[in-house]
Amino acid sequence: MDQTTIARHGEALFAAWRERYVLPALREVEPSMSIADAYAMQQRFVGLRLQAGETIIGKKIGAVSKPIQDFLGVFEPDFGQLTSGMVCSQSAGVNLDELIQPMAEAELAFVLKDDLMGPGIINSDVIRATAYVVPCFEIVDSRIRAWNIKIQDTVADNASGGVFVLSDDKADPRKVDLALAGMVLYKNGELHCTSVGASVQGGSPVNAVTWLANTLGRLGLPLKAGEVILSGAQSHLVEIADGDELSCIMGGMGSCRVRFHGRSAV
Amino acid sequence: MKPTLRHEDIVLLTDRIEAAQRGATAIPKLTDDFPAMNLADGYAVQLSLRQRGLEKGMRQVGWKAGLTSRAKMLQMGIDKPSIGFLMADMARQDGAAIRTDDLIHPRVECEVAFITRTSLAGAQITREEVLEATDFVVPAIEIIDSRFSGFKFDLPSVIADNGSGARYVAGGRARDPRDIDIGTLGVVMEKNGEIVTMGACAAVMGHPADAVALLVKVLHELGETLPEGSFVMSGGITEAVAVKPGDLIMARYQELGSVSARFI
Repeated sequence: MDQTTIARHGEALFAAWRERYVLPALREVEPSMSIADAYAMQQRFVGLRLQAGETIIGKKIGAVSKPIQDFLGVFEPDFGQLTSGMVCSQSAGVNLDELIQPMAEAELAFVLKDDLMGPGIINSDVIRATAYVVPCFEIVDSRIRAWNIKIQDTVADNASGGVFVLSDDKADPRKVDLALAGMVLYKNGELHCTSVGASVQGGSPVNAVTWLANTLGRLGLPLKAGEVILSGAQSHLVEIADGDELSCIMGGMGSCRVRFHGRSAV
Repeated sequence: MKPTLRHEDIVLLTDRIEAAQRGATAIPKLTDDFPAMNLADGYAVQLSLRQRGLEKGMRQVGWKAGLTSRAKMLQMGIDKPSIGFLMADMARQDGAAIRTDDLIHPRVECEVAFITRTSLAGAQITREEVLEATDFVVPAIEIIDSRFSGFKFDLPSVIADNGSGARYVAGGRARDPRDIDIGTLGVVMEKNGEIVTMGACAAVMGHPADAVALLVKVLHELGETLPEGSFVMSGGITEAVAVKPGDLIMARYQELGSVSARFI
């Protein structure tokens, strides 16, 4: 696809995000669109957010489970950028009025203390470069109508990034079995679902971060000290509405709790 | 709830279950012939089955809780687990080759087993009392094998069939339950090297010790207690996975190590 068309779609995504409306699926508008084109649109979309005053604070990894990869028709995860405007706190909660069609998922976040420059990164490099890991809720959102997405759509739309909430509980990745750490998710105080770290990227959340370091490395880009890396959903997508409260506990690491307020239905 | 079956019907149904177990042949669910059969009837048949085993010299090592997931409880319309007895001859060792020619359609589940150091009795046991009465926990695999065609059963039938109990394997590392948070432990089941199902222990009624507490309550209703030294399977954390000859099952548990079984 030509640069002008790519830029136009990136700008349309930015406008849809800022004004909170939805677009038709990009792959239906641009049937020849490749995944590389989608990442170029994402770059334009995020670039406009940076011009509007935000900064890059990390990355999110998406499509980390086999069922989601099968659904999207891919064999590897995807990634998006985390920007400063996406940070929500456990105390303030999440305002649904600022989102379009939000859904929640429980993830493990890695906070880096050293740069990671791929390719050639292995899992133990990720552990060494990690300051701490924290349970987290990512509130994903889509600028594509009714979440009618395939891989091109979600990649262009910044991997369906919305906002995220980190726990205050910081765990040392050297002291927890990240692959076998259980994840227990409660919705409004009731057990909703359980999972385990191994649900991510064939066996461990670390696999996903290593994949990202190597994937970005091949493009000449590092993961940077201080960045937050969301390693991908361990739960399925959870529907949320005004007044809901979600909490997740990750075995040996602590818990994250988030309240939702704002409009009640999407 | 009062049993409805006459003594001779209980003997007849115990014969049916026993023959299906011994011959590894599936039978229709018992309520097809005895539609009025209730939960108490189911336990009457199960306890009669247990009595026959004890008379043959089998050793009962403990009990198992079944139907412990929210989905199964809603499906069955119950608020307590079903329970079944565990005999020593149902046990297989960690890593054992388990024959399938004497089973009908075996499925495997990951569970946490509790080994008690003091007895538990009564209708009001708490999670804390279960943990206090526990000597240690170990990771386990239960091999269930409903004697009913296509695993199609109702509550009275599955209880009569000893909760589909067939074999069990305990392995891994014994842990003091006061040293770990059992509810948040993660579990991964692999079949032939690929992850087939996973979850965290809270999938068992919010906490496996809560399932044990309710198991004690069911025992109380049956006029039984859980003696010191009992081996208790607390209920499936993961969905049941079908196995056939040649399959290798490996269950890996956070903090508890692993347990495996081969099927031949």
